[in-house]
Amino acid sequence: HYAAAQKQAEPAVLQPTPQPKDDFQEELVVRPLHSGDIYASFQFRTLWETDFMRGNKVSHYRLFPKSLGQVISKFSVRELHISFTQGYWRTMQWGQPYLPSPPGAELWVWFQDSVTDVDATWKELTNVLSGIFCASLNFIDSTNTVQPSASFKPLGIGNVTDHRFLRYATLPREIVCTENLTPWKKLLPCGSKAGLAVLLKSEKLFHSSFHSQAVHIRPVCQDWQCKTTSWELRQTLNVVFDLHNSGQGKREWSLFKMFSRTLTEACPLASSSKIYIDITDNPEQFELSPATSLLSQAMVLGDRRTFSVYDLTQQDTFGSVRSLNLLIRWKSTEGDMLRPLLHAERYVAGYGLQTGEIHTLMYNHHPYRSFPVLLLDSVPWYLRLYIHTLTVTSKGKDNKPSYIHYQPSKDRVRPHLLEMLVQLPPNSVTEVTVQFERALLKWTEYTPDPNHGFYVGSSVISSLVPSTVAMDTNSTRERPLFSSFFPCKEESSYFVRVYTEPLLVNLPTPDFSMPYNVICLTCTVVAVGYGSLYNLLTRSFQIEEPSPGLAKRIANVIRKMRGVPPL
Amino acid sequence: MGLLSDPNRRRALINLLTRLNAPICVVCYMAGVAWFMGLAFEPFTLRTYMSENAMGSTMVEERFPSGERAVATGREFAAHKKKVSGMPVEWLVKTMQARGLEVYTQRFSRTLPFPDENKERYMVKGTNVYGILRAPRAPRTEALVLSAPCTPGDNNNQAVGLLLGLAQYFRNQIYWAKDIIFLVNDHDLIGMQAWLEGYHHTNTTGMDWSPLQGRGGSIQAALSLELSSDVVTSMDLVLEGLNGQLPNLDLANLFYAFCQKIGVLCTIQGKLQRNDWDSVSGYSHAVQTMMLMVMKQASGRPWGDHGLFLRYHIEAATIKGINSFRQYKTDATTIGRLLEGMYRKLNNLLERLHQSYFFYLMPSLSHFVSIGYYMPAFGLLAVILLLRALDLWVQLATPPPTTEDGIADIEQVRHAHSSSPGVLSVLTPLVISHLTGAALYMLPIRFQEMAVEHFPVSETEAVVLTAIAVYTLLTIIGTEQGWRVLKLVALLYLAVLLGCTALINFSLGFILALTLVPAAAFVTPHVPKVLSAFVLVILSPACTLLFSVFFFQELQEMPVSFLDGWLLYLSVISQGILDHFLYGSLVYPLIALLVYPCWLLFWNILFWK
Repeated sequence: HYAAAQKQAEPAVLQPTPQPKDDFQEELVVRPLHSGDIYASFQFRTLWETDFMRGNKVSHYRLFPKSLGQVISKFSVRELHISFTQGYWRTMQWGQPYLPSPPGAELWVWFQDSVTDVDATWKELTNVLSGIFCASLNFIDSTNTVQPSASFKPLGIGNVTDHRFLRYATLPREIVCTENLTPWKKLLPCGSKAGLAVLLKSEKLFHSSFHSQAVHIRPVCQDWQCKTTSWELRQTLNVVFDLHNSGQGKREWSLFKMFSRTLTEACPLASSSKIYIDITDNPEQFELSPATSLLSQAMVLGDRRTFSVYDLTQQDTFGSVRSLNLLIRWKSTEGDMLRPLLHAERYVAGYGLQTGEIHTLMYNHHPYRSFPVLLLDSVPWYLRLYIHTLTVTSKGKDNKPSYIHYQPSKDRVRPHLLEMLVQLPPNSVTEVTVQFERALLKWTEYTPDPNHGFYVGSSVISSLVPSTVAMDTNSTRERPLFSSFFPCKEESSYFVRVYTEPLLVNLPTPDFSMPYNVICLTCTVVAVGYGSLYNLLTRSFQIEEPSPGLAKRIANVIRKMRGVPPL
Repeated sequence: MGLLSDPNRRRALINLLTRLNAPICVVCYMAGVAWFMGLAFEPFTLRTYMSENAMGSTMVEERFPSGERAVATGREFAAHKKKVSGMPVEWLVKTMQARGLEVYTQRFSRTLPFPDENKERYMVKGTNVYGILRAPRAPRTEALVLSAPCTPGDNNNQAVGLLLGLAQYFRNQIYWAKDIIFLVNDHDLIGMQAWLEGYHHTNTTGMDWSPLQGRGGSIQAALSLELSSDVVTSMDLVLEGLNGQLPNLDLANLFYAFCQKIGVLCTIQGKLQRNDWDSVSGYSHAVQTMMLMVMKQASGRPWGDHGLFLRYHIEAATIKGINSFRQYKTDATTIGRLLEGMYRKLNNLLERLHQSYFFYLMPSLSHFVSIGYYMPAFGLLAVILLLRALDLWVQLATPPPTTEDGIADIEQVRHAHSSSPGVLSVLTPLVISHLTGAALYMLPIRFQEMAVEHFPVSETEAVVLTAIAVYTLLTIIGTEQGWRVLKLVALLYLAVLLGCTALINFSLGFILALTLVPAAAFVTPHVPKVLSAFVLVILSPACTLLFSVFFFQELQEMPVSFLDGWLLYLSVISQGILDHFLYGSLVYPLIALLVYPCWLLFWNILFWK
């Protein structure tokens, strides 16, 4: 992938007419899923050799979106990852996604170490991003922002890992719709006019089981020596189409059926534009038309996959009809899906509105290898975690985490943050439980729909999972014998991030429909009932002399004026 | 209160209350009963209306087409059920998977404290099967449940068939915003209890179950379906759940609204609605319907599989298909459309059902009595206890006629209390009667084995007979002094007890008040002993239960002979004890640990020497 970038990486400083130092690539990966659903993952990558920092005023933008460039330079952002997701990735049916993301919105940013007031910058940044992406990111404040100590390391170059410069927040309630898609598409060099982006029609994208769009910005090396850096902007969009909802139960997919569009050209600005179809199970399972001879192999998520490649920059890809409508047809529904090695789920246990228990289950399906995972839990302050009740058990035994980072919450200021490094034994379920108490909110703190419940964001499980290729110790089929005795390092494990489902927790809620009744009743009870009862209990009663008559009183007044004692 | 702070007027009021105490009590009692009977009179009740906005205005179009196929699936299910003589787990798993659901199973086992003779089970082992329809683009935070029990014999096959048919139809729709869980539960309530405990990972009753693998977040509402024939004449709605809990009234409204829309005859307590409220028969019909609800609610047992959901704050109801000899029949497609409509509206919910009432009685499906209307009936009964207590208080306080005002009286009373051995003499009967209550609670289960060894009775009978033996044998206790103090304490105790019960379960509180309040009001050591003892026994909780059994049968238009009634009575007691141990029903401990000792106190007063 770096080849194209390297070509243009010549020193451009002395050139009188600046060569384009930026590069744009687009690709679409289609993975037919074992359940009959289909997974389409778009990736658009813009590389730009420039320096936003150190007071450089970058004013000429070509491929890189100006709005994001300004954000990077204004807020001294080193790395920015933002995702909007509608739906939950079903790991057990669909396998691992290429790019995981939690339901709702997720934002994590590494700032440059030159930033002095990180919190203020973060606050401003979220508000600006909220405008750029038409999303409610402005709801990110200190009560849902955490600074994970270990779970989110920078993905680009740079070795500053002081987590003071990291901010992480999720908004599990955020609903993603076309209004978020349009600004996202506008960041693409070709917009939705040409190239793969013409497929991104919202009426089809939102008629799906899962929709996720993301923007990742990070600094990457220009070349292998890493003398200069360039900025990488990756826009990704993942979507899963459902067999039952849109296919009349027929296991057959085409670009037109998925997106109600076909492809006619690549984006003219793109240096590469490709479609990859995951055909690892071909030809036993499904057939492709038009067929392609281009094949590519890659290690993806610890598994060696084979892809059919369609290069959109080649005219013959589009054939005589000048349009590409890929067709994937299942021949049989047999065969087993490779079971994901790591998956997790979470739920709230207990009943009643006083206490509860959060259970997080982490499954290691590897038959013989254990591996460590980093669990990150960020729980809002109104669920008061009893951290002394934290238990981690696997196979019925206590499993002591080797690293625990816990930051208690402060009411109305910051959430709980719990990070743990847990070793998952092979072929086991590890259960993390922690009890909590539901806080009573002030009556203005309730959302407009308090009986819907309150969301707790997904836990994040990050791990280096042993590769399935390495698991297959007998894989001498395609590889020479001399290469297969020791598992080689790159293939031995791969990074996986798994998000659990968010939780919906009911808090004790007053009956807002009758505040008037309640106020009236309370006031009456206090005033009449309590007041007079208190009166009765504390006062001593005496029979009072009947009050003197009018004449006597007048007489007394007169006597008083005269200085004589009254009657 | 100004009235009370003026000593003269206070004395006058107290004099009035003590002088006219008996007549006022009688009037209150009659007024309470009359008020209660008036609740069923239609002009006094409110029409039901949909409070929840999210369900009210949304139009949905029901399109479920495949009732015939659902019935065929039901037949297939019946065949497989017969083949494995139990829950056809594998077939269900395969069928649900073919419909595109995520399917999971849960195994459970439970040994009952003693054999259940009604359902002929003792060691229960079973498997629940459930499939989750994942809502597209929803993050697994909310779910709805549709359940059908897998009952032995030929019952409920159509319900499972319809459930699978609906699953298939629902799976192809895009509009779901909440996961839908299709549950087929084994061994009806025991399976449901296992599933709910597994889902919420609680264990309140000591059942063994395997943990659930798949969940759908917090359950918003649930319907349980019971259907035993291909066509039905009417659909019956069952609301009463564990401990007399009721689902939000909007769920009943939803059912009623869709029955009206689709044109299905709908009933509650098996009684159709009548329009002639002004005629005597129309009124008595409404009274019967309401009384049935009161009796069922008072029993505190779940009257359908939905009953156990309510503990988890999940609004749930059971819908029963009833096939009678009526001409007009409704087919499975229509029932499917009814359920589809209900689920689509529940799917539209933005919040849990909370807008409408949780405490209500229904004299018909279109009318309801809210808590504000029925509580006065109970209040009128409870006030008798307070009046009697006031009377006693004044009697205890007044002996020195020289005192000038009430405060001095109270101080003297206080003085008298602390000096006399009254408190101790009250404590003894209190402790003894509560110990007796505890014995009544513990012994039946503990001593069933011994009873079976020594007497030729079956285990259930042993339990029940032990209960009755404990009940009758230990009731003769007497001490010497201060029956007034004891009665005062007992009256206040009963008032608090009934008040709390009525807040949680109005029907139970009211029925107990109906019998216990007169007993508490009249009993003194100076009334004729034999007659009073007879009356007191008649008004005891046990006899109340016996009368209730006969009355309930009468209301259901299935009168029984005395012997059958007695057997039914025994089985009701054993069911009550089982409900407590299996599902955590509170009626049995309430009666045994609190109400019965309270009644014993009055028994003590009667035999005061």
